[in-house]
Amino acid sequence: MKKEITIKVNGDTYHLAVDPWRTLNEVLRDDLNLTGTKLGCGTGDCGACTVLVDGRTVSSCLTLALEVDGKEVTTIEGLAPSGDELHPIQKAFIEKGAIQCGYCTPGMELSALYLLRNNPKPTEAEIREALSGNLCRCTGYNKIVEAIAAAAEELSRE
Amino acid sequence: MPLPKFEYLAPTTLEEACQLLKEKGDDARLMGGGTDLLTKMKRRVIQPNTVIGLKKIAGLDIIKVDRGKGLTIGAVALLGDVASHPQIKRFFPAIAYAASVTANVQIRNMGTVVGNLCNAAPSADNAPTLLAMDAQVTIMGVEGQRTIPLEDFFKGPGITALEPGEIVKEIFVPWPHPHSGVSYQHISPRSKVDISAACVAAMLVMEGNICKEARVALGAVAPVPMRGKKTEKHLEGKELTKETLEQAGKQASKECKPISDMRASAQYRRLMVEVLTKRALAEAATRARA
Repeated sequence: MKKEITIKVNGDTYHLAVDPWRTLNEVLRDDLNLTGTKLGCGTGDCGACTVLVDGRTVSSCLTLALEVDGKEVTTIEGLAPSGDELHPIQKAFIEKGAIQCGYCTPGMELSALYLLRNNPKPTEAEIREALSGNLCRCTGYNKIVEAIAAAAEELSRE
Repeated sequence: MPLPKFEYLAPTTLEEACQLLKEKGDDARLMGGGTDLLTKMKRRVIQPNTVIGLKKIAGLDIIKVDRGKGLTIGAVALLGDVASHPQIKRFFPAIAYAASVTANVQIRNMGTVVGNLCNAAPSADNAPTLLAMDAQVTIMGVEGQRTIPLEDFFKGPGITALEPGEIVKEIFVPWPHPHSGVSYQHISPRSKVDISAACVAAMLVMEGNICKEARVALGAVAPVPMRGKKTEKHLEGKELTKETLEQAGKQASKECKPISDMRASAQYRRLMVEVLTKRALAEAATRARA
């Protein structure tokens, strides 16, 4: 039986009726058309599906949509403050060449956002630790780490 | 890999949850963070008709440090919250550390310490430290509450002492002895994110350089997380010299019962138990003297 839920995604409120077995990932991508959030392994290993729920990164593939009832979700579509200007993390990813195929990028950037909110001046080891739940199969980790370090510097200047 | 269909219930009291669990029987599964349960369901290892979510039960996410008495970790307290809790880091550093090296950031924001125990994997990262610190498990059932030592909680891979209709409410860790230290060490041939191939926790009560009391707990090297009781006996009353540590490592390696699987061979596990036991004892001793 479907249950009614209310979730706020990137500032917009949605009232939805969802089956209990549907994941947050499915609801974001299939019902709300927010396809910036990817699906990789589906078992919480790869981090491609990472989103923020009430400010904390989670694997949306292992989150039941109805358990997000009443909560706030941030997806990659909500990262940039406006449609015109990219977030400093996004700019740094572009500038440092931290994107190849791009499939891991939404998850990587949200993990970076979560890190920098909690630890504005991370060491390289802390950046790598913070990305432990995000796999990149083009293996561009070094560029990604460099981009996050650059974004941290930029954000601390602001 | 979509989830199979199921009915979802979210009771608001523990009594109600126990009642539902008893009524639904084997067809129902409890869900804390869901990181173990939902992956098993996606792989069709289990297909429960009913999932009982525990997150709507008030107070079940408790983390309480009671100075001089002990630490309480509720059934749905997150791994990430235990790992970063300032007082746990200060007074129970090995417990915070074990939580901080479980899985990855996202899973720690979803999964729970108690869930890691209830999943009853022999490799559960949070089990050895809690075993070494004599943790107690408080279990609620339709007939009331009971408390058992964590050591008696693990019955086999994926099997616990829980009876039908029973739910773990919380775990309690008694306040450490003033001259004690605890350490957790783990290793995986791939990376720190992978499931541990072997893990060891040690708790030592020291008087100068003499070991008054010892606990050694070994993970991923037996059907359940186990105490290394012969190793403990070997240490107690002895001066903690380099030689004592060497012998303790060898003893632990001898008394564990590892298997070979895709993660590591039994031989590798035995060797690593020796190394990790020495490391854990050395760090526990340093912390005990601090």
